Amino acid sequence: MGEWWTTVPIGTSMGNYEASRISHATMSPSRQNNYVSMYSLPLSKSSYSVISAFCTEDNISPCISYINQELDSLGLSSICIEASSPGGAGLSAVPALNAMYELLQIHRRNMCTLEELEKEQLKKTSSLEHMQMNNSRLKDQLELSIREKSGLHETERQLQLKIKTLQSCLKTEKDEVQKLQNIIASRASQYSHDAKRKEREASKLKERLSQLLVDRKDKKLAIDVLNCLGRSDGRRSHWKTAKATASHEGEMYKSLLSDYEASQRSLMLENAELKKVLQQMKKEMIHILSPRQSSSRRATADDTQEQVDSDGEEKAGDSSRETLDQSCEHAREQLTNSIRQQWRKLRNHMEKLDSQASQVQNQLESNKEVIPRETHDEEMERMRHEVQQCKEFIHTQQQLLQQQLNTSFDDETAALLNDCYTLEEKERLKEEWRLFEEQKRNFERERKNFTEAAIRLGREKKAFQEDRATWLKNQFLNMTPFTDRRRCSSSDGHSALSIRSEPEMRISSTNTQPAKSSTYATFSTPKPTQSATVPSTTELYRTLRLIPDSSSSRHSNRGFWQESSTTEDGDARFKSKSRVRCGDLSIFSLGEDENSLT
Amino acid sequence: MNFSEVFKQSNQLCKVSPDGKYLATCVQYRLVVRDMSTLQILQLYTCLDQISHMDWSSDSLFILCAMYKRGLVQVWSLEQPDWHCKIDEGSIGLLSSRWSPDGRHILNTTEFHLRITVWSLCTKAVSYIKYPKACQKGIDFSRDGCYMALAERRDCKDYVSVFVCDDWHLLRHFETETQDLGGLEWSPNGCVLAVWDSCLEYKVLLYSLDGRLLSTYSAYEWSLGVKTVTWSPSSQFLAIGSYDEKVRVLNHITWKKITQFEHPATINNTKAVVYKEVERRPAVGADDLSLHNITIGTTLFNTQSKYEICPPPVQIPVVKPDPDRANPKIGVSTLAFSSDSRYLATKNGGFQVQSLNWHCSGDSLILLGKEQLCLCYMDTDQEDK
Repeated sequence: MGEWWTTVPIGTSMGNYEASRISHATMSPSRQNNYVSMYSLPLSKSSYSVISAFCTEDNISPCISYINQELDSLGLSSICIEASSPGGAGLSAVPALNAMYELLQIHRRNMCTLEELEKEQLKKTSSLEHMQMNNSRLKDQLELSIREKSGLHETERQLQLKIKTLQSCLKTEKDEVQKLQNIIASRASQYSHDAKRKEREASKLKERLSQLLVDRKDKKLAIDVLNCLGRSDGRRSHWKTAKATASHEGEMYKSLLSDYEASQRSLMLENAELKKVLQQMKKEMIHILSPRQSSSRRATADDTQEQVDSDGEEKAGDSSRETLDQSCEHAREQLTNSIRQQWRKLRNHMEKLDSQASQVQNQLESNKEVIPRETHDEEMERMRHEVQQCKEFIHTQQQLLQQQLNTSFDDETAALLNDCYTLEEKERLKEEWRLFEEQKRNFERERKNFTEAAIRLGREKKAFQEDRATWLKNQFLNMTPFTDRRRCSSSDGHSALSIRSEPEMRISSTNTQPAKSSTYATFSTPKPTQSATVPSTTELYRTLRLIPDSSSSRHSNRGFWQESSTTEDGDARFKSKSRVRCGDLSIFSLGEDENSLT
Repeated sequence: MNFSEVFKQSNQLCKVSPDGKYLATCVQYRLVVRDMSTLQILQLYTCLDQISHMDWSSDSLFILCAMYKRGLVQVWSLEQPDWHCKIDEGSIGLLSSRWSPDGRHILNTTEFHLRITVWSLCTKAVSYIKYPKACQKGIDFSRDGCYMALAERRDCKDYVSVFVCDDWHLLRHFETETQDLGGLEWSPNGCVLAVWDSCLEYKVLLYSLDGRLLSTYSAYEWSLGVKTVTWSPSSQFLAIGSYDEKVRVLNHITWKKITQFEHPATINNTKAVVYKEVERRPAVGADDLSLHNITIGTTLFNTQSKYEICPPPVQIPVVKPDPDRANPKIGVSTLAFSSDSRYLATKNGGFQVQSLNWHCSGDSLILLGKEQLCLCYMDTDQEDK
């Protein structure tokens, strides 16, 4: 509402006044009601003038449409203001009144809510004030209590200190009491012991006395000597006379005097030595002071005067006193006094030097040498830090080294570890050796086999070659289509085969020992008596080893053939090897061949 | 070290003559005199009763045998075996007997310390000294044998009498300021007499030969005081060992304490060298010496043992004695200066050392235990004062 009023150009001063008033209405809610009432009053007063500004005779219809639009926007679409007559200056009253009524309702409702809001705001501000007051009050309280607490802390600390001191006092007192009690106890025991001893003695005395009184037989004390002895120093004994006593006294005093004289002599010597030392010290002190005195002479005249005087005095005194008897009391006093004086001077001088040095230092400090000093300090700090780091590093290195050394020289664990490692290694070695041995054996065996095989192969090859040669020869010779020749050839072949088989048979028949894989043990050799009968094809094939045999040896033989075939390639190698080892294996191989070929 | 065969003796009476030529031992009631070099028996004397005490005279010519129970003293001569002398104290009894320094008088202390009878072997005369004091060391002869100091007690007061040994003439008689005189000792030069109080009070008084009080020294009061006092051979120092386990040394010019030695249970001094005997058998006891701090474990002489140097701090095994008993076994009980006054050997506490004796050259020390002995040699090159 206030906004509406401010946007409208206000012509009248009254309007201005109201507007400003209304604009302040929100600021002072307490005067809100007044303003509302005042607001309503000027409304009635100047309403006509204000409205007349908006709507004139001319623009009724646009005003009406405008107002309709506004009412639409406010949500009062049902109420439309119409003109009483089209193009007329009037206004149909009913919708207008309705609209006005609606507006009034709206206005009233707004006022109510405004009132409520203002009430609430009042409440809230009052509560806020109240809270602020509380807050400040509580803050004050808090401060106060904090102060109190610190004060209490302080008193507590002081009391604690007091307690500690009192406790220590108590402890010392207790210790002292304990000590005194111990002393008392020991003294008491000593006293009682002594008292008991005396009592025992007294009782013995009493006993003896009573015994003597009873006995009455007084055993005289006597001495029984065969003959008198002479004196130890050979002289005759003298009577006891006053002269003797005087002589004794005299002797006693003589011995005392001699002792005192001796001690006095030694003390004199010591004294003389110490005096010499003191003189020397004095001279040196003078010497030390004199060059400085010459420099400070320019500085302070009074001091130098004194010093010069005393120096002169001392020097004079020295020269004169050297000749005098030094045990003179006066001389001694003067010596000690002069030494004390010199020492005082020296001390003062040292103090002066000290103060001068400190002054100079201060001057240096104030003369912009603060920064260098600071940097110097920083440098020092840095270097110290570095040194510390290096030290730590060295230390850790040392430790590690020590550890290493320890672990290597630590007797028991090192020994154990070594043992473990060596054991492991030993076992590994053993394993490897075993493997190696095995492999070696295997290799040996295989080598043997190969050599045998090679030899056999060689022989067989040779035999085969021979056979082939004969066969070829036969073939060549029997190159006819005649069957009887074939038979002959076959028989020849057979004979060739038999021939071939013969050496086998021969070889096989030499030894009946069962042998290793490469054997012909169960080779059923064709009988040598076979001659005319033509062998069957199976037999032929069998002899040719073209069909497998049930015997394992055949199988193995076949395997051997295969072996030998595979070893054709390596045959040369083996042959060479066998040739190389021929010499070595000659003995073995022959024997082995004999063994193995059966 | 070689050892001779074992000879029988009784009462630990076995003494070498002052001139070192003879050895006298007592076996029950017999006195056996042997030659020192050959250990052959030279003389054999028989006394009337079991011998309680035996002593050589200063000129090595006579031997005194005292039988306390019978109250008899018999004197034997080495030169003339037939010569005999018997002194009978009668019904008064005999407590102790000793020679005078000239070797011609015998001083007998009668029972209950009633008197001292001085018998002269030259004149057969007898003189009496009344009221001798019964204390730790009540009688002392000066080293040159001229004077004798005797402690007396009359009317609950202590006195000291100085006699001239020539004719037993009383030279001086003065009262001492002690509560209960414990002992007295002449300085080696014979000019000063040190007198100390009993253990209930720490007080050492120094009197000159003519009876003037030179000085008094008291280290503390109330606790148990002086246990033993020793002069240095040059008479320059007086060492006082007390129950608080400390040794205080006074000098002869001012009679003030110049130094004090302690016997702590843990030796922390870096200058001290501690030798510890390491052996296989467990040690019987441990001895302790101050100043050079040699710790030795006693052992039988045929066990293998060697000494090893222990690094400081060394803990010395200390047995805490019962403080409730009288004359407790704490404190410094034995002191011995070496002959050149350079070293002081002390025994503190309840260690099993019976005696400490320096060799006359001052380089070695012998420690006698109950069953063992030990010789210590000082290495004078290493010594630093």
